[in-house]
Amino acid sequence: MNAWTAGLAGGALIGISATLLLWSIGRIAGISGIANGLATAPRGDRAWRAAFLTGLLLAGGIALAWLPDGPAREQTGTTPLLLSAGLLVGFGTRMGNGCTSGHGVCGLGRLSPRSVVAVLAFMLTAMATVYVVRHLAGNAA
Amino acid sequence: MKRALAAAFAAGLLFGLGLAISGMTDRRVVLGFLDPFGDFDPRLAFVLAGAVAITAIAFRFVLRLPHPRFGDSFRLPQAGAIDAPLVAGAAIFGVGWGLAGFCPGPALVGLAGGLADALVFVPAMLAGSFLHWLAQRQRGGA
Repeated sequence: MNAWTAGLAGGALIGISATLLLWSIGRIAGISGIANGLATAPRGDRAWRAAFLTGLLLAGGIALAWLPDGPAREQTGTTPLLLSAGLLVGFGTRMGNGCTSGHGVCGLGRLSPRSVVAVLAFMLTAMATVYVVRHLAGNAA
Repeated sequence: MKRALAAAFAAGLLFGLGLAISGMTDRRVVLGFLDPFGDFDPRLAFVLAGAVAITAIAFRFVLRLPHPRFGDSFRLPQAGAIDAPLVAGAAIFGVGWGLAGFCPGPALVGLAGGLADALVFVPAMLAGSFLHWLAQRQRGGA
């Protein structure tokens, strides 16, 4: 399986997952929202989140262990970079109510105007950030 | 209730498998997509296209049903205005995404797979989310 078919197949699995979640329990498969609600949603609204995230971590973790050509296991980014990036991602996705899965996969699928704007905004600032880091600051990381 | 949880668990399995085999947990692949003026890697576009092709068609049919199979009603985000928190939040998220090449799903899967980068990134991500929740609470929002 080359990179493109792996991408399409993986994407299709993600689309099927989002459809299954909407069809079965009427929820949007947005990872940041599901994870956030685990701690702050009303008590009766937490079990499905735990079930979804358990599945995500289990299948993802096992697949990564088996995958040939997988990502690097050792740390490749500097700690300050990863920490600041993590803070921004956590803060921003809660403020903007979604990430690549909620606004991207699900929101674009519903043609939600809010999600279209959000996806354009985060794609733009992400590409601008990479441009600054790689081409202006000349950092290959 | 049991069947609802089983369905959520199965959806999580599919999602995690999809993220892992598509290469999205590899931040080099993601950063490659975000670098159209450098060593561009189109893979993320294929993943998004594969996923949205399915949700765009299937969601229409699902949302015509009177209610979800194991629930009372569909819980969709409110179709609200395009406001400052949406745009600012997405923009802030994008900067973090562009710095590390991790968004929440792949970072969590990377953590489960024992990737050292994710081990550093995920606690900071949870802290960032908590900080926003705290700020909202301080302001009397939640």
